[in-house]
Amino acid sequence: MRLEFRHVSKVFGSKAAVDNVSLSIEGAGFIGVIGRSGAGKSTLLRMINRLGDASSGQILFDDADILALSGRDKRDWQARCAMVFQQFNLVPRMDVASNVLHGLLGRRSTLSTLFNLWSEADIRRALGILDRLGIAEQAAKRAEALSGGQQQRVAIARALMQDPAIILADEPIASLDPMNAQVVMDALKRIQVEDGRMVIANLHTLDTARRYCDRVIGMRDGRVVFDGRPDQLTTGVARDIYGADASFSEAATSTEIGALGDDQEYAAAMLGD
Amino acid sequence: MTDIAPPSATAEDYLAQTRRKRLYGAILLAIFVAMMASGFRLADARNAGGFFEGLHRFFDFPAEIFSEAIAKWQNIPGLLWRYLPSLIETLNIAAVSTLIGGIAAIVLALLSTRGLSLWPRAIPVFRRAMDVMRALPEIVVALVLIFLLGVGPVPAMAAIALHTMGALGKLFSEVAENADLKPVEGLGSTGASWFQQMWVGVLPQVAPNWSSYALLRFEINIRASAILGFVGAGGIGYDLKTALQWGQGRYDAVVAIFALLFATIILVDHFSDRARARLVRGATAKEGRI
Ligand SMILES: Nc1ncnc2c1ncn2[C@@H]1O[C@H](COP(=O)(O)OP(=O)(O)OP(=O)(O)O)[C@@H](O)[C@H]1O
Ligand SMILES: [Mg+2]
Repeated sequence: MRLEFRHVSKVFGSKAAVDNVSLSIEGAGFIGVIGRSGAGKSTLLRMINRLGDASSGQILFDDADILALSGRDKRDWQARCAMVFQQFNLVPRMDVASNVLHGLLGRRSTLSTLFNLWSEADIRRALGILDRLGIAEQAAKRAEALSGGQQQRVAIARALMQDPAIILADEPIASLDPMNAQVVMDALKRIQVEDGRMVIANLHTLDTARRYCDRVIGMRDGRVVFDGRPDQLTTGVARDIYGADASFSEAATSTEIGALGDDQEYAAAMLGD
Repeated sequence: MTDIAPPSATAEDYLAQTRRKRLYGAILLAIFVAMMASGFRLADARNAGGFFEGLHRFFDFPAEIFSEAIAKWQNIPGLLWRYLPSLIETLNIAAVSTLIGGIAAIVLALLSTRGLSLWPRAIPVFRRAMDVMRALPEIVVALVLIFLLGVGPVPAMAAIALHTMGALGKLFSEVAENADLKPVEGLGSTGASWFQQMWVGVLPQVAPNWSSYALLRFEINIRASAILGFVGAGGIGYDLKTALQWGQGRYDAVVAIFALLFATIILVDHFSDRARARLVRGATAKEGRI
């Protein structure tokens, strides 16, 4: 399992949101992408899933160029490369179990979609995944009736239903309170470790990156400016990544001192940006 | 978040539809009056007088119709029964054309909505196509098709369906424009096809409002279908025309047909008003699964 970026750029108008990025990610692991707002984190992640197309360059997965895929092949790739969003992106009026089953849509025929025919085995699997994430008892509720943290776990369950090689998470905890943020990050981490998957997560705060990641990629103005272990993320490096965004780095570095309690620590970290 | 409150533009269209509904009612009435007037002119061609002299006959004629109908009141129940199949044909034409037009409108609406279209660059093409369909009056399309295909319900259906496609397509698209795109993006990321994204991600959001518009259109199409009967599209409009042309001696039939038509329109209006109120309330209260 190897994901490789080769000189990937994405241009919006005259602005390069992602600027000539080359990277290689090998095997299972928890990869964090950090950077200030507008650094190009979402753009980078969405290109992997093909929600957005690159302007130039190649993204290879096990040596196949996924940017060249189209039609059925592209959908097959998307099915193997699950995505979790900041706003959960569930179908709010449908029940939780159905939302999890949507993870299979990429592999289903139009006809079975039309009549909503899920096999009993599929339904059992979906319920099993919900159980693993601790929200089995919510299965019959409408997704919109759940709390943000629960909805994000449903979204993770949908991703797991895809049985993906890669899970992409675009700021998965940015709209959650500190308690729920921890529950969701713990769930993502556990899945990554237990299943041996590759997780790439855009993270808003340095603190979260340090706590959960095996490797951190720092972006600034569309370029990779840091790529290393979380313990290499010194205050100086953080300033490189976040630039003049002093309030952010201060909020993030103050938690580094470790003098704060758990909740306060999260609260301070969430202050950033 | 998932509610689709009708935006003011949609409200405008809704009012426009209501006005259109009234217009059809008025046209139906006008045709009725015109037919009666022409019958009156034919009958009284010999002693045609001035306008004001003749004006009282304008009221005499309905009086004549009603007095004849009252005189032959025993015939009315039988006539109601006799014209029921024609009424059903008229309703059928309206229902089938609303259904066909509505399904086509769904496709056109999705293809012409930003954020949902399969081919975003072709959006203006689909929009213009719907404009043209709306601009063509049903009666003109029906007359052309009757000329080409002959008398029968098919030209009427095609004409009404075409107009419905354009009219509902625009309204559907405006509803869909307000749909939440996050579920669509979420489904897209799993590898779901465009159809699957629309079916699972968009339809549950727009279904209440779409159904409400479709019902309103059905009401309008009943009137349109009755009117098209006059130009040879079959159904109860055709019977009415025949009875009116026959003139004296058939006025009981005229009254029976009008009674059927008005009763139907009032009934359908009533039930569709209630159904639409429930649909829209259900969408706001989010009760039950769609
Ligand atoms: N669809 C788009 N059209 C035009 N410009 C865009 C589009 N999407 C992103 N951009 C621009 O590309 C740059 C990178 O955006 P991106 O969303 O990838 O940043 P980000 O790092 O995810 O930021 P955030 O932390 O705010 O989510 C920004 O300057 C943004 O304005
Ligand atoms: Mg982003």
